[in-house]
Amino acid sequence: MGDFFSGYEVGEFFDEMFARPGEVRPHYSKLLAQFKEMAPDSFERKSALAAQTFLTQGITFTVYDDDQGTERIFPFDLVPRIIPAKEWETIERGLVQRITALNLFLHDIYHNQSILRDKVLPKELVWEAAHFRPEFMHFDVPRDIYIHICGTDLVRDERGDYMVLEDNARCPSGVSYVLENRQAMKRVFPTLLGEYRVRPVEDYSQELLNVLRYVAPRAKREPTVVLLTPGTYNSAYFEHSFLARSMGIEIVEGRDLLAQNGQVFMRTTKGLKPVDVIYRRIDDDFLDPQVFRKDSGLGVSGLVDAYRRGNVSLANAIGTGIADDKVVYHFVPKMIRYYLGEDAILPNVPTYLASVKEDMSYILEHIEKLVVKAANESGGYGMLVGTQATKAECDAFRQKVKADPRNYIAQPVIPLSRAPAYCGGGMEGRHIDLRPYILYGQKVTIIPGALTRVALTKGSLVVNSSQGGGSKDTWILDDEEASEAGQA
Amino acid sequence: MLSRVADSLYWMSRYIERAENNARIADVNLQLQLDLINQPDSDPQQQWNPMISSLEENELFASLYAKPDGRAAMDFVSLQKKNRNSIYSCLAQARENARTTREQISSEMWEQINQLYLFVQSDSARRLLRSSPYEFFKRIVVGSHLFQGITHATMTHGESWHFMRIGRLLERADFSSRILDVKYHILLPSGERVGGNVDTIQWMSVLKSCSALEAYRKSYVNQVAPWKVAEFIITHAGFPRSIRFCVDFVDEALHCISGSDEARYANEAERLSGRLRSDLDYITIGEIFKFGLHEYLALIQQRLVEISNAIFDIYCASTLAADEENSSG
Repeated sequence: MGDFFSGYEVGEFFDEMFARPGEVRPHYSKLLAQFKEMAPDSFERKSALAAQTFLTQGITFTVYDDDQGTERIFPFDLVPRIIPAKEWETIERGLVQRITALNLFLHDIYHNQSILRDKVLPKELVWEAAHFRPEFMHFDVPRDIYIHICGTDLVRDERGDYMVLEDNARCPSGVSYVLENRQAMKRVFPTLLGEYRVRPVEDYSQELLNVLRYVAPRAKREPTVVLLTPGTYNSAYFEHSFLARSMGIEIVEGRDLLAQNGQVFMRTTKGLKPVDVIYRRIDDDFLDPQVFRKDSGLGVSGLVDAYRRGNVSLANAIGTGIADDKVVYHFVPKMIRYYLGEDAILPNVPTYLASVKEDMSYILEHIEKLVVKAANESGGYGMLVGTQATKAECDAFRQKVKADPRNYIAQPVIPLSRAPAYCGGGMEGRHIDLRPYILYGQKVTIIPGALTRVALTKGSLVVNSSQGGGSKDTWILDDEEASEAGQA
Repeated sequence: MLSRVADSLYWMSRYIERAENNARIADVNLQLQLDLINQPDSDPQQQWNPMISSLEENELFASLYAKPDGRAAMDFVSLQKKNRNSIYSCLAQARENARTTREQISSEMWEQINQLYLFVQSDSARRLLRSSPYEFFKRIVVGSHLFQGITHATMTHGESWHFMRIGRLLERADFSSRILDVKYHILLPSGERVGGNVDTIQWMSVLKSCSALEAYRKSYVNQVAPWKVAEFIITHAGFPRSIRFCVDFVDEALHCISGSDEARYANEAERLSGRLRSDLDYITIGEIFKFGLHEYLALIQQRLVEISNAIFDIYCASTLAADEENSSG
């Protein structure tokens, strides 16, 4: 029978499954027992089955490295990541606190700017931010909600403490994998899942729809909600289509919409039909060629006018990018204190701002030990992991940072926690992160689940799918499960 | 329903039907070649020409293959990516249309079309076509039937479904008219007479292409005669691949979409389909031959195109007019 973990190395990192070599953490003990009874070839078969299912269901993203475009599946590791109820409870409280503060911050920035006047944040920071939209000063968004959907990336350090790495407050993606990974686990490991009391994630789409309906203009009773996608060439198209389907709403492209006299319509076989709420998966820049980028063929001319008049709602609101700017990120704990009078439950990763003189010299001197990030890039682009970079790469980044201090930050390399992943015949520790999804409507809802991304390349700390990352199903355990595990 | 989505569903359905029809005609040709191989003076190669002609791609075919033999013809209709009507291209386009309309179709439908597409773009499809073309074509035809069955059983029979039905039926009516027309163009090997052995085999192959041989035998006990075959394929009221049958149901589906009374027409598409429908209801094969079979089939094809264009104008293009209003105002 399976000896999957016999040669497993815990290493010097925080390991999710083992406290030390041979000593499994209580919430993973049933999993370990199950694996002991599993034959390796049966595991391989299940793995192949899962991959095949993703492929036939079209749960793929397209890589354009030639003229054809190849479809790839997002690699899925079958060893689940398990989070006990108590741990999740803290994460949840921390995230609710954080999104509440971020929303208050956005409202403040686009109205009185008291946080700038009180000098909690340097005002140049906001004025110079690439995603700040001064055209929307004093604009009231429906129900004062800016970030309806947020994906916040958490990591654990060598002590296992959770901290926030970044917030994605514009168009966070990946939630479809949370739902599809769970489906896949149910199919390939029905018994394993049955061993635990895992909290269900399936009602995400319903909660999302509730949020979208809640922000409809003038509290319309039966609002028409649509999802606006850039189109099939977008690498997240699968997710767009998935979410539209599971909410039972139309998925539209810019060319399906028309703005006329301050109203947005979609073109249907029965003529023009008014649209009330748009869940847009297009960045601000491309929304409306009349207002933002003139060359955008993805958006809808006149959409912003309709939005301003309050005839159509957008989720997320325009201008939320200022909240996930990596420099502004540094100030989130201060925001929490300022708006809520509380200490941050989830700490930030220590961050050096190149725009601060002492920080700049620290960054330049210690670049080899730091992660340097551009303020507004995502997907693992525009960053340098000093510990894994060549001297030339470090020098190049020094120049970049010096040339544009406002737009660079640096952080110590966090030795991300590791979890076992099946790698070519055996289990090996791989670095992971955690992205829970937060919905802000009538109340803040966090589905008890998350996307665990895993850096499948040995030793790599970069979990992004564009950089060789995969994912795992993430099990949040029920309260009762915790007490059972405690007794065992 | 979004206009773009209606258009995509219509074309998805047409492309799947087209892929199936390509597989049918290629398979029948393959058999025909074997039937005729021992005939004196017969040139097996000649049997492939009509098939290429029916796709209206003679020039492209000639430009792609140095030796335009049977193997080339099979590759051309099956996996040639440069042929936009090859089985591969049709399924790729059907699948792309399906991908953009997934909130309208059932997951089962999507998986079926996706699997069929994954098959034709795989190496195993290439190998199968070479080693056992019969199995390859069979797999395509069965795949298409499975898709239709799944569609029937898992999708709401509403507006989307009617658009898909119209796409499939128009494509099928067009195919049936072409396959009949192709026979018209086949030259009998010299020394053969009309109604002779080779002629009969060729007419039987026309029926087989439409899966109609067995149904034909039930309707006409006597031997396979050209005018009887034409009559069957054009005017049979109950055979699902006859032109009349297809047009009847296109007309019906159009009325289901608009909700108008079948005895009247609510738009141009319904007027055109209703008119073609009644022509097919009342015409006799004698009149068709008097008019000229080829001319009659050409006319049918043209009228099918007109119906298709009218549907696009009414359901897909009409909302575009709002843009012009908007930009001028």
